[in-house]
Amino acid sequence: MQLSREQLLDAYTRMRTIRAFEEKLEELVKAGKLGGFLHLYAGEEAVAVGVCSQLGNADIVTSTHRGHGHCIAKGVDVKGMMAELFGRATGVCKGKGGSMHIADVDCGMLGANGIVGAGIPLTTGAALTAKLKKTENVAVCFFGDGATNQGQFHESLNMASNWKLPAVYVVENNGFGEFTPTEYVVPVKDIAERARSYAMRSDIADGMDFFDVYERAGEAIERARRGEGPTLLECKTYRFMGHFVGDPLVYRPKEEAEDWIQNRDPLQIFEAKVAEAGLVEESDLREIDGAVTRLLEEAIAEAEAAPLPDLSSILADVYAE
Amino acid sequence: MSRKLSTGRAINEALRIAMETDPDVILLGEDVVGGGTLEGDDLEEMGGVVGTTKGLVKQFGRDRVLDTPISEMGLLGTAVGAAATGLRPVAELMFMDFLGVSLDPLLNQAAKLRYMFGGKVRIPLTVRTLCGAGMQAAAQHSQSLYWITAGIPGLKTVIPSNPADAKGLLLAAIRDDNPVVFCEPKLVLNQVGEVPEGDYEVPIGVANLAREGGDVSLVGFGGTVPIALRAADLLAAEGIQADVLDLRSLAPLDEEAILTTLEKTGSLVVVDESTPRCGIASDVAALCVDRGFDFLNTPVRRVTAPHAPVPFSAVLEKAYLPSAERVAATVRELG
Repeated sequence: MQLSREQLLDAYTRMRTIRAFEEKLEELVKAGKLGGFLHLYAGEEAVAVGVCSQLGNADIVTSTHRGHGHCIAKGVDVKGMMAELFGRATGVCKGKGGSMHIADVDCGMLGANGIVGAGIPLTTGAALTAKLKKTENVAVCFFGDGATNQGQFHESLNMASNWKLPAVYVVENNGFGEFTPTEYVVPVKDIAERARSYAMRSDIADGMDFFDVYERAGEAIERARRGEGPTLLECKTYRFMGHFVGDPLVYRPKEEAEDWIQNRDPLQIFEAKVAEAGLVEESDLREIDGAVTRLLEEAIAEAEAAPLPDLSSILADVYAE
Repeated sequence: MSRKLSTGRAINEALRIAMETDPDVILLGEDVVGGGTLEGDDLEEMGGVVGTTKGLVKQFGRDRVLDTPISEMGLLGTAVGAAATGLRPVAELMFMDFLGVSLDPLLNQAAKLRYMFGGKVRIPLTVRTLCGAGMQAAAQHSQSLYWITAGIPGLKTVIPSNPADAKGLLLAAIRDDNPVVFCEPKLVLNQVGEVPEGDYEVPIGVANLAREGGDVSLVGFGGTVPIALRAADLLAAEGIQADVLDLRSLAPLDEEAILTTLEKTGSLVVVDESTPRCGIASDVAALCVDRGFDFLNTPVRRVTAPHAPVPFSAVLEKAYLPSAERVAATVRELG
């Protein structure tokens, strides 16, 4: 695997944007400026970016209630996302979706999803489209460890394997389904094992390491494009910020979280690896950090100044004409 | 030109025409092929549990007629994903009762993606499903659950009462850019009637005045239209002339057609084979009171199934379903 300097800077930009976006949202909620349910992706950036860096706009992804990271990784406009979270008419979903349903199909982003596991068959369907239309596109589904206990997961994997669909099922195992530790509710050691029931290939990646995710996801994506069928890719990761904004985090040891945050931060791991290999200068990364900060300041200012939806839009887009 | 076909064969013909005219139309569901040999032609396929899709795999192949595992939620969710990305799937939910294990893809996905995404996606999905009593299939294979789908914004729900409408409504449903639930009532599945040849659509959202009279309005849909028509015959023998309005589409609902017949007759009886609470009959009655109060000379009456599961025994099932006699008796009570 050989990534160009440009690709590396792009990957870092996306990861830094996700982190900064989520940190800003937490601040905005605490300042009483944002409403609704918000589930933040900080800590899991290497998964979304490691996978989506290898996809084009015609490749479909579906996401979860924790979907901002997948949107940014897939190229959804950050300003449009911010306006959406502010409930503005200029939002990427015109203020109708909000955090849990944020989407932009123009980028191949078929939505965050408020129903755990519901994106999985949508991906299966997108992969069926790709196969029947012979497009060589792939469909990638992101979901959590909790979703692998849903019937839709098992029903989808069974169908996708049977039909050899060009799909990649990416489970982001962050160790908790909402507040319940995964091992309380999942009897297998690695969720990847669940693929065996469906004669599907599986793999396990270090979800904190962009390069490991990139390599393993790349193999799965290429297999799918070649018509060799789907893969279940388990990425071991950690949720830095709790299930939702306002989560008191009483259910997990502080030391455990601190250890992940201090020692396993995907941004730090990325920076250390590229610095060691002499691929990019630290100054390049700091420049990106500054640009991301400015972008988010602009996004917030523009969102706050943007018009609210016209009340007549309540009935718009219930049906297609 | 037309010829006599059963509703089931009319549906089969609509599927064939839809697939011939649009390569993006695919069928998927449990047993929509239903066996047969994968290579060669030694074994016959079932073509669905009542043979509705028989023969289509031979014409269109297994890429376009897909047997799914018995995974109702997975297959409907897959159909929604396929619809959102460029196919025009016709999914089969073998019995409407199976909404119990498969509602999310319709309720939270198909019905809402377009709205939640600010209008950026279309879900041209049709879900065909057998509904209603009449085959002694009992409580878990006989329900008329269209009141669930008709109550969900973002979905359309249609229900034919005869073979010709079945063909035209299904073609309209498949070509609609919205998710449409196409109900196939068991009471009309084997009904035989004239069906026009060729490609035609019956527009969604337009009711049909199936019989004209001036004294009372009988409103039915699906299997209760033939019941209402028989009731109208009984009443005609007594000198009472009934309008019979076939709703054909439950969502959208042709409110103007209901109010038009009510204005003409001043009396309305709505006939629904589903249970009485929170249903289509109650909805129609509410419309009459809400928007048609000044037209009413008598109370609006509902003839429905009782608030009970569908029973097995043939005598109980017959008593459970609305009948022409009950409808006629209800009209007589109006005075």
